[in-house]
Amino acid sequence: MPAPAATSASQDTVGGIGPQYPSTYQRHPNPPVIIRNATIMTATGQEIQGGSIVLRDGRIVSVGTSVDAPADAVVVDGTGKWVTPGVIDTHSHLGVYAAPSTFAESDGNEATTPVTAEVWAEHAFWPQDPQIPLAIAGGVTTIQALPGSANLIGGRSAVLKLVPARSVQEMKFPGARYGLKMACGENPKRVYGQRGGPSTRMGNMAGYRSAFINAQGYRRRWDKWNKDHSGDQPDRNLRNETLADVLRGNIYVQNHCYRADEMVQMLDLAREFGFKIRSFHHAVEAYKIADVLAREGAAVSIWADWWGFKEEAMDGIYENAALVQQAGARPAIHSDSESGIQRLNQEAAKAMFHGRRAGIPITRDQALRWFTANAAWVLGIDSVVGTLEPGKMADVVLWSTDPLSVYARAVQVYNDGWLVYDRNDPTRQPKTDFNLGREP
Amino acid sequence: MIAFLLAQTVAITGGTVYPVSGPKIENATVLIRDGRIAAVGTNVAIPQGATRVDASGKWVTPGLIDGAGQMGLREISAVNNTNEGTLQGNDVAAAFNVLEGINPASTLIPVNRIEGITTTLAVPGGGLIWGQAALIDLDGATIEAMRVRSPAAMVADLSQGSKSAGGGSRAGAAQRLRRVLNDAREYAQRRNDYRRAQMQELGASAADLEALQPVLRGELSIIIVANRRSDIETALRIAREYNLRLILAGAAEGWMIASEIAAARVPVLVRPLDNIPSYDALGVRYENAALLSRGGVKIALLETETENTRNLRQQAGNAVATGMTWDQALRAVTLTPAEVFGVADRYGSLEAGKVANVVVWSGDPFEFSTGVEHVFIRGRDIPLRSRQTELLERYKTLPPKY
Repeated sequence: MPAPAATSASQDTVGGIGPQYPSTYQRHPNPPVIIRNATIMTATGQEIQGGSIVLRDGRIVSVGTSVDAPADAVVVDGTGKWVTPGVIDTHSHLGVYAAPSTFAESDGNEATTPVTAEVWAEHAFWPQDPQIPLAIAGGVTTIQALPGSANLIGGRSAVLKLVPARSVQEMKFPGARYGLKMACGENPKRVYGQRGGPSTRMGNMAGYRSAFINAQGYRRRWDKWNKDHSGDQPDRNLRNETLADVLRGNIYVQNHCYRADEMVQMLDLAREFGFKIRSFHHAVEAYKIADVLAREGAAVSIWADWWGFKEEAMDGIYENAALVQQAGARPAIHSDSESGIQRLNQEAAKAMFHGRRAGIPITRDQALRWFTANAAWVLGIDSVVGTLEPGKMADVVLWSTDPLSVYARAVQVYNDGWLVYDRNDPTRQPKTDFNLGREP
Repeated sequence: MIAFLLAQTVAITGGTVYPVSGPKIENATVLIRDGRIAAVGTNVAIPQGATRVDASGKWVTPGLIDGAGQMGLREISAVNNTNEGTLQGNDVAAAFNVLEGINPASTLIPVNRIEGITTTLAVPGGGLIWGQAALIDLDGATIEAMRVRSPAAMVADLSQGSKSAGGGSRAGAAQRLRRVLNDAREYAQRRNDYRRAQMQELGASAADLEALQPVLRGELSIIIVANRRSDIETALRIAREYNLRLILAGAAEGWMIASEIAAARVPVLVRPLDNIPSYDALGVRYENAALLSRGGVKIALLETETENTRNLRQQAGNAVATGMTWDQALRAVTLTPAEVFGVADRYGSLEAGKVANVVVWSGDPFEFSTGVEHVFIRGRDIPLRSRQTELLERYKTLPPKY
């Protein structure tokens, strides 16, 4: 099966400008694989004991207790092991805040002015970040790489296949949309408070509104010209080009926002300008407005237990994800961390078991979806990845034991059918250029 | 005094008891009286009137001890006025003891103790010599009530972090540390000359040089932060030269020289999940704690994110997942830190006479599926409440309960 076709709103083609910095991603060849006799968690409500899964040409061919193995398939014994979809992190700064984290690799915040919708994370993304193989070894197959949160509007994110590559273009998830990073609260205030503002949350709101008001006029001029091509072509403006595509609904808003009251403000702001917020990020107080989030259809990308490191994070609780789930909204467990990204399964487990102890009946499948299917939805790629179903991209992790146990480790990671990581085969443990000659 | 507090007797019965000092005991009783463990075993007579805690099917362990954090010293790390852990402007702050900076009312304390952490080392931050760390129990209305041992260790840094105190060079940091130790020795022999201003200028204040005397006498351990292999070796070298009781902290590349560290009988405080390469330690790896442990090094584990000290459990579980034995991991969060900080006569295991820091778990303490059933600190059955449980109660059903 071919890779899914790019939609009109994909990372390659937004803005009616034609392909820009297009994905050159290509599936790596891999012989067909059958993993036999494993416990398969599909993220569609099933946990299949003694199950098998067949991967061929980058696709999942079949999942179940009795499947036909292709004659040429590599057989992997899954006895005592678990299989899940590839892990998806909706919030990563890999590549833009790369290790060894000197100033030279610090490319995540264009902290020069509060609205920088014109910058794109992919233009800074360094594929040789040595943190990438560590995340792969944790089962991660897809990330959203975002600009940081210094700015009110930080720029475009990129959705990437987490595979070794020479350029970010080789990693860009085919057909995925861009995101727009926006940030509420303390960070923009802190960064710009002594530098012309915003210095208050009032200023934050005024800053977003002014930016989108500018973009409204820009969008009008361009939409008219695209329709009738009469008169001179309007001038391009990079900042407004991105914001206009948010207004058109082609770019997802990914909004760093901790406090419940601020999230409600942002939902009103989105209404004022007629766009949707795809996901709030960090959202440690999401549980306080779980009903509102369910009604509005905004997902949340959250940690299991981060709290207390700043004033606006003081009200984080273990049960956040469980309460959001219970209210019928859509939680995803994200990392925002080069360390946490290696163990999103563990973070989800923490959130699930604490939810259960509080009497919230979270299922194992729901917890799995927090770092697979729900995360895929946040990125708009849930029809392609995030579950183990025939026809989906073969992003698959084989775990040493139950992935909701602290003792589980990824044994094999398949990305688009390619065995990109094998714990038992040193030749299948990718290293970046950075790693070469530096490890004893 | 209130008599019933003094006479409190609790019998935790029927659980699988992990004393740490010995093999696990099935269906055993832990008897607590007046804040101490009175008896542990299968044949313990339960006094009349004792409060019984049924631990059938549960696991009973000593309270977990975190090897370093800033509990009580740091309320919100991003809010300056709530941090007490660093003496600004003094790179050689040997006389700085953090104890009176500790806030017994910190909201971080209940959040973390109800996950089974009962004791932590509160560590200063700083330049070359950070100051004196204090070991505290996570219960008590006053600093005196919380104090386990203070100072529990002197703390110094020979990692990348100390370079500015060394004039921009690791070598400078090591030389400055030696100069301060030399000056402390000389000062101790010439206090009168010092008072009469008949000494050359010394590398630290009299108070700081005085504070280093127990370190030079080998009475107080010195924790040295070092991550790069060569920095660890520098720390070992300096400890040999001055006959110091060294504890290494961080030790990211320690796995490369586990036998050397083991031969020096130097314990290591390590955070198992640290594996992000930096120029301080390009050889950092996930398996560090396990490889050190297997190499015969005495290991105590850390969760240095103070507000989430509770994740010490996850650190320990991951150390097991990467190759440490489960028994060693439990020891690394109980008896070993007690030994390293000089309180193993009172802390770290379930034995008669020890302070009654005891946790009853629904299962394996390192597993996410495990819940905390009871936490006893100095014999007090700690209410399993925190600011976070109150937020949960308020918002569990919406609209919230005001």
